[in-house]
Amino acid sequence: MSEYKTINEKKADWEESTLKKVLDRFPEQQEEFVTGSGHPVERLYLPSGISEEEYIEKIGFPGEYPYTRGVQPTMYRGRFWTMRQYAGFGTAEESNQRYKYLLEQGQTGLSIAFDLPTQIGYDSDDSMSEGEVGKVGVAIDSLKDMEILFEGIPLDKVSTSMTINAPAAVLLAMYIAVAEKQGVTRDKLRGTIQNDILKEYIARGTYIFPPAPSMRLINNIFEFCSKEVPKWNTISISGYHIREAGSTAVQEIAFTIADGIEYVRNAIGVGLDVDSFAGRLSFFFNAHNDLLEEVAKYRAARRIWARVMKEKFNAKKEKSMMMRFHTQTGGSTLTAQQPDNNIVRVTIQTLAAVLGGTQSLHTNSRDEALALPSQESVMIALRTQQIVANESGVTSTIDPLAGSYYIEALTDRIASEAWDYIEKIETMGGMVKAIEKGYVQKEIQDSAYRYQRDVEDGNRIVVGVNKFTVEEEPPKGLLKVDPSLRTVQVEKLARVKGERDNVAVTASLKALKKGAETEDENLMPLILDAVKKYATLGEISGILREVFGEFQESIVL
Amino acid sequence: MAKAVRILVAKPGLDGHDRGAKYIARALKDAGYEVIYTGIRQTPESIVVTAIQEDVDFVGLSLLSGAHNELFPKVVELLREKDASDIIVFGGGVIPTEDIPFLKEKGIEAVFTQGTPIKEITDFIEKRLEK
Repeated sequence: MSEYKTINEKKADWEESTLKKVLDRFPEQQEEFVTGSGHPVERLYLPSGISEEEYIEKIGFPGEYPYTRGVQPTMYRGRFWTMRQYAGFGTAEESNQRYKYLLEQGQTGLSIAFDLPTQIGYDSDDSMSEGEVGKVGVAIDSLKDMEILFEGIPLDKVSTSMTINAPAAVLLAMYIAVAEKQGVTRDKLRGTIQNDILKEYIARGTYIFPPAPSMRLINNIFEFCSKEVPKWNTISISGYHIREAGSTAVQEIAFTIADGIEYVRNAIGVGLDVDSFAGRLSFFFNAHNDLLEEVAKYRAARRIWARVMKEKFNAKKEKSMMMRFHTQTGGSTLTAQQPDNNIVRVTIQTLAAVLGGTQSLHTNSRDEALALPSQESVMIALRTQQIVANESGVTSTIDPLAGSYYIEALTDRIASEAWDYIEKIETMGGMVKAIEKGYVQKEIQDSAYRYQRDVEDGNRIVVGVNKFTVEEEPPKGLLKVDPSLRTVQVEKLARVKGERDNVAVTASLKALKKGAETEDENLMPLILDAVKKYATLGEISGILREVFGEFQESIVL
Repeated sequence: MAKAVRILVAKPGLDGHDRGAKYIARALKDAGYEVIYTGIRQTPESIVVTAIQEDVDFVGLSLLSGAHNELFPKVVELLREKDASDIIVFGGGVIPTEDIPFLKEKGIEAVFTQGTPIKEITDFIEKRLEK
């Protein structure tokens, strides 16, 4: 009988003999290897000796607590993720055409990009809107634009995600109003509003009001939707923009979950029952190039959220503990240099999201470091998802990377480091306090600065940027938004204001103001009423600005 | 002792993508300049007021929403109107190559797009100071 050795003894032997011999002659490429987020990676991972009990507690089964392996019992064997390309530019008419094209190409859900004035509650004719109308998304001033945007798209058949935060209540109200005009009742509507104001203060910047009234609007939406629009995802708690701002993978999930904790605590604080709204909370993460770190990140995030909801908030319903999330491939990973290389990056990121168990996915287009994507580039991006879904084979079994020594070790490590951050923020008094202190912003900026320094110093290779560069011709065929669009939009707005019943508009805005001045009235019905009278987004936001005031950024450098 | 070189890093327009602006601000500070960062959502008017109040030598504009052709030239124009055309304006962000000649013609002296090493910016500053 041969002598039995433990894995650790065997490892020591291997290091002494086999490994050492090679290392002496051929040193490794780097002294230290790190993940995309800069965390050390060991040379070799070995079985961790996890017990059956630990497996059940930490990893478990798909569709069961703690959801490490996924939120559905069959995952992609049952149904692929929703392929949802974020799109919108120019006028409602142009965007409507793009949505119809995407649906014809086999996209399964809509995702609306609004221009910045819309996101910050300014009409197209506001002086603040100069240069920005229709640039990064579609311009919506009134219900009229929203009617055009969804013309010929049956709202009981598609699910629609809207990237709208500070004025989320207004856009949701417009969506409900358009649906009702189509004869679709509220209870049939499926979709998501981003509605995540905390990450706007942290990273994305389209805030309007200070935290307290912003949190009130969010609670109003939670409550209204739980009764009236039960299939609607009332918030998409987003790590995407935190990561884009330069955070690490750990910070991305830690700060997102800390945001989630703040929303849940606030809603419970105004008397909502946790299980009445928690099942409609959804999440939104990034997918970067370090494939395995990303997969571990998603698994860790699900595990932590389940624990938070169960242990901290005593949720009883399974749905309340499940972290369902949308993913978008990482915009900041795209390079303006050799843009076709971005197709490959997006493919890796798509695999990360899918191997990590995402519920829906947006794949970026190769030309997005340069401009809004062209129709051809958008098609390649969508095809990338379809190829991974139908040809790669990774969808045939659930959570296929589970049990990889590295993946499980990484999942544990990310979960534990994220947990430390979450506890630290809780000790500071929660996320609003941590933001006010500038703590979260500073943590992200330090990571971003480190990353960029590494790129500049050549410690981190970005293909086509600091290595493997070529002389290039400027790219052709980039999508340009017509600068005369603002004039068109302003004229349309003037027509709407001329045709509507202005007495009714004034009355509805007055009622909204009165409601906003009280603390306990739900503003959703009042906003819905104003929207139906064709009060504009700028008018409604303006009234709320008068009552609530505006948030001032504290500059952290 | 020579007066320290002062730079205002500013974000006109409505986009909140301040990662680049903050990186540049910090890196220029590390390179020994005095740097002021405005924060996001600044109008051209408020940028010009700050630039004059802070007595800066350079204004670096960062914009990622596509509104650069409207907003960058406006900053240069307003500086001229206020007799502050000695302040040198440069810019960066997501700027298509084909827009750069137009911006230069409008008085934005240099445009640094994504992936530009910080050294290129400091070289520009130093060279411009010699003039």
